[in-house]
Amino acid sequence: MPEQQKAKEPFVFYTRMHLTELTGLRASTLSQLLQLVKEVNGSCIYHHTHRFLQQHQHLSPEPPNDFAYWVTEVLGEDELGEKLASIDVIQFNTIRSLREKIAEAIESYLAENPMAKVRFSKENEEFHFMKSISFVMPTKYVAHDLNDFVEILGKITIDSIYYHIFESRLRLEKNANDFSNWFLTSLGDDRLAAEISKLDPYTFTLEGLRNRVIRIVKIRIDS
Amino acid sequence: MAKIEEYIPIVGQPIIDDLRLLAEKLSGKVVQNINSTSVGGGVAEILNRMVPLLKELGVDARWDLIKGGEQFFEVTKKFHNALHGVNIEVSKEDFDVFLETSRTNMDEMNLYGDIVFVHDPQPVALVDKKQDKKWVWRCHVDVSEPSEEVWQFLRGFIDKYDSAVFSAPAFSQKLPIRQFLISPSIDPLSDKNKELPQETIDAVLRKYGIPSDKPIVTQISRFFRLILAGGGATDDPESAEVLFEVREAAKDDPDIHVLLLAQNDIEINALQRASTVIMQKSIREGFGLTVSEALWKSKPMVASNVGGIPLQIAHKYSGLLCNSIEGASFALKQLLNSPDYARRLGENGREHVKNNFLITRHLKEYMLLFLSLYHAEDVVYL
Repeated sequence: MPEQQKAKEPFVFYTRMHLTELTGLRASTLSQLLQLVKEVNGSCIYHHTHRFLQQHQHLSPEPPNDFAYWVTEVLGEDELGEKLASIDVIQFNTIRSLREKIAEAIESYLAENPMAKVRFSKENEEFHFMKSISFVMPTKYVAHDLNDFVEILGKITIDSIYYHIFESRLRLEKNANDFSNWFLTSLGDDRLAAEISKLDPYTFTLEGLRNRVIRIVKIRIDS
Repeated sequence: MAKIEEYIPIVGQPIIDDLRLLAEKLSGKVVQNINSTSVGGGVAEILNRMVPLLKELGVDARWDLIKGGEQFFEVTKKFHNALHGVNIEVSKEDFDVFLETSRTNMDEMNLYGDIVFVHDPQPVALVDKKQDKKWVWRCHVDVSEPSEEVWQFLRGFIDKYDSAVFSAPAFSQKLPIRQFLISPSIDPLSDKNKELPQETIDAVLRKYGIPSDKPIVTQISRFFRLILAGGGATDDPESAEVLFEVREAAKDDPDIHVLLLAQNDIEINALQRASTVIMQKSIREGFGLTVSEALWKSKPMVASNVGGIPLQIAHKYSGLLCNSIEGASFALKQLLNSPDYARRLGENGREHVKNNFLITRHLKEYMLLFLSLYHAEDVVYL
């Protein structure tokens, strides 16, 4: 590999592990779902829009959020389910704005379809609100240039990739993913930063995302 | 017993590195597990694997048992059934037996852990001896529709813990303490789950006189070979009764083989691997870990949509869920007649188990749980 420019600051790979906290809060109607979506902790909204991505990482490149799944599969409200599934999470930089969008979709559907208010889930099929507790810690992996970076990216856990791409941007409200931030601020590579930023990570499996980022960086190294 | 390094070829080095990182953060803490039996049943099985692995990672994990006589276990079995929603009478005398045995255990046991990790209702009352240490109650039972009387009795103890852990979201209740969701797990290197040579599988079938001339299914069907296999647990006095009833019901059908396997995990493993389709048609289920065991062997499954089973099977992706006997038999027919579809479900099932239900994930979440006792925030920087 060609020798690479050293970064002003090395990139420390962190890992993020999570534990699911149960809240005991449950909804059996759309009205209850709406009320709780407005009230619950932001960590609940984050959990229910990102859980599928992690648990079914091998199955679907475009994971539905839990709200869309429940509204469609349990309440049978396909139109609303589709609207909720189409909420493009990458367009939101804060949990607050994502929450507002979800609440707005349910609210306007209820206004247009008042009969939906009287539809109940079956017993044992209620929507259970949960939240993600994240534990973030540095790994032993540190990149000083793009060669290091790409080598490490091939062997770290997908939890680490998940943290730097998804959690940093949305939950920690850093606006961009950590990789792009580092390419821009420590390597001065605005082109590479923009290329990674413009990826929609929600349309990949996590392994697919790893491979795509590696490919983009390798092409940059070779150019 | 497998060493932690032996999991690397299955889950990858970075996962094991993460476990070591977490274990370092628990340095100096003693984790005392307490339950009621060391053999038989899912709790003992998982502790037999988890405790040595935690120790190997560097966590000072230990395991103690409460003591109880036959009467005590009869009462806790009643509790277990009542928590599962079975309409059963629990008398004042039963509660007294429970409290008396609990008091004896409190007097006799040394509760030395920095973290006292209590499994299931049998030892729940030990928390009355709680002082300044952290206490967690691990509920392995489906308590989604518990008998109010027994649940309220247990609540008197549960509320004194720092945290509770449940196996499925529907099991959670409104409690004044933090509650976490941690699914149980299977050990891919245990005798029950490790790869087996075909000769071993054939030998087990021969031993039990099960011909392999027809597809083998593990649930009732008039057209296929059926194996009903099970074992007992020392804290479950009902298991002998159930075995008798099943044998009576099956005695006239030569295609049904009812086997009592005395904790012979290799044989269970071989029977699962010999099966064409595996069924788990439960009326109620705590978590239903046999589902993950079957999926790990890439077996297509038909299973009831109850308890923790839907967490393990995404319908039509990694198995088929059913809500009725008719639905189960239809799903079974689909799988037997569409081997390619069945194979795909089995492969997805194995991948899902690999990502979510192996012991390495369980070790990670238990260590995170222990760390959560010292951190109240939603994003914890370690």
